[in-house]
Amino acid sequence: MRLDQRLIAEMIQPGTRVLDIGSGDGALLDYLFRTRGCDAQGIEIDMQEVTRSVAHGLPVMHGDADHDLAHYPRHAFDYVVLQRTLQAVERPREVLRQMLRIGRHAIVSFPNFGHWQLRLKLLTTGRMPMTAVWNTPWYETPNIHPCTILDFLMLCREEGYVVEEWMAVDEDGERAPWRRSIRLANLFGEQALFLLRRRGG
Amino acid sequence: MDQTVPALLQHECVVFPEGLHLECGFHLAPVQIAYRTYGTLSAARDNAIVVCHALTGDQYLADTQPLTGKPGWWSRMVGPGLPIDTDRFFVICMNVLGGCMGSTGPRSPRSGAGADGTEPWGTDFPPVTIRDMVRAQKLLVDRFGIQRLFAVVGGSMGGMQVLEWAATYPDMVFAAMPIATSPFHSAQNIAFNEVSRQAIFADPDWHGGRYWERDAVPARGLAVARMMAHITYLSEEALTRKFGRRVRRDPYGDNPLSLFGEMFEVESYLRHQGSSFVHRFDANSYLTITRAMDYFDLGTEHDGDLSRPFHGTRTRFCIVSFSSDWLFPTSQARMLARALNRAAANVSFVEIESDKGHDAFLLDEPDFDRTVRGFLSGAAEHARIG
Repeated sequence: MRLDQRLIAEMIQPGTRVLDIGSGDGALLDYLFRTRGCDAQGIEIDMQEVTRSVAHGLPVMHGDADHDLAHYPRHAFDYVVLQRTLQAVERPREVLRQMLRIGRHAIVSFPNFGHWQLRLKLLTTGRMPMTAVWNTPWYETPNIHPCTILDFLMLCREEGYVVEEWMAVDEDGERAPWRRSIRLANLFGEQALFLLRRRGG
Repeated sequence: MDQTVPALLQHECVVFPEGLHLECGFHLAPVQIAYRTYGTLSAARDNAIVVCHALTGDQYLADTQPLTGKPGWWSRMVGPGLPIDTDRFFVICMNVLGGCMGSTGPRSPRSGAGADGTEPWGTDFPPVTIRDMVRAQKLLVDRFGIQRLFAVVGGSMGGMQVLEWAATYPDMVFAAMPIATSPFHSAQNIAFNEVSRQAIFADPDWHGGRYWERDAVPARGLAVARMMAHITYLSEEALTRKFGRRVRRDPYGDNPLSLFGEMFEVESYLRHQGSSFVHRFDANSYLTITRAMDYFDLGTEHDGDLSRPFHGTRTRFCIVSFSSDWLFPTSQARMLARALNRAAANVSFVEIESDKGHDAFLLDEPDFDRTVRGFLSGAAEHARIG
């Protein structure tokens, strides 16, 4: 399991109900069930991954963040997890709203478009930046809604979400030392990880 | 050529003299259920799986079908070490109510007032529903002393029974696997069934459903019904791959230059499907069971809300569809998955890539086998059995 998935797992209380959107190979689901006794289900867009997950005994259904969250009832889950996918959905704000409707908490990770390498590349070359994290050309990238850590915090404020916990991590999921300063995190963090809840919820 | 289905064939059966109060209001008694079991029931009676058969299936799931001499219809899926592993699980398969392989149906002797025990029900057999079939199955499950089924599994009409099991007896079903099925029979499904039935009605040998009185069997009508239905079980791709436009000489035609002197291989195949079917199936059973499928609609008692029957369910579901199945398409499976989402149920939903059409669930599809095995193993871990 990737290190950033381990960080996500640490945010989740044992024995809770979890929905992992974009569950991929099911590593997080498996970990949450085996080590934390969670009732963890997944949604995955890639049918081969779905088949592989179900064949491993994991409850995963074919679907995607944009179209399938609206069908769940309010607070069906304790945590709804969206890993590295927010930048690729059609309507990120609506997806977040749905996550915090069907879950008491949302855990969101996304690649930070404010990272210094991206800023520098755009400034010096004048072309869309390509890095290890942002590694597809603009004309075929699935990442249609990139944002920075600051952008995301602004959206949370507008929508009335409480940030219970946040951290910036590098691509391998190692926690960055600039966890206390948002401005530094926005410059040096490659991935951001947020634990949210709805105000009053 | 003897075209009658031997009625004296001995099937393993249990008779329930108290019978069953059917949804139509009729009290059917006695009720006989023919069944087969595979594997061993554990001491805790917690490892039982009910497999529900499809429209023309039967209880001979994994051993030789006595009429055709062929292997059971799911013998590639059910057995020692197979995805439904009889070394681990105790598997029960029952002939449906209304069927013709030993369970009470239109060919059973008529019971009730004025019956002398020799005349069959025929078309007077009361209309049964998928829920009636499931309630009849529960009689036998209770008889085994099983309080909770580890799983209920079935494809097509068998999948409807799986859904009905989960909706009617939620506390008795730990895991449910509805395969290539739908939460209701669509207008298109009903339309195909109606063509099948009209083919039977149009056969002069049907004699208004009382063909036994004339020692006749509406073999042509039943064969045409089967031929038509069989097309809906396949896909254009599968038909093209198997037969293309290949032609052969009609072995029964006299003149090869006549209009039908040659026949396409697909025609020959369908005729074979039709003629072999009439040896093992009863026309009135076909009418009864297709009608039960037509009436199936999980939402009917809930203003069309398909999630209501599953509110509060703790059953683990695994819905499977096949990409080339146009009889029970993935869109209907997705509708079911979303209904279960609305009920906050634990749902897996897989569409298996296949060009074999609706019948894919009976055929060799390694991804499907892995899905069945994996879902059952995962559920067994949660149920803490075996």
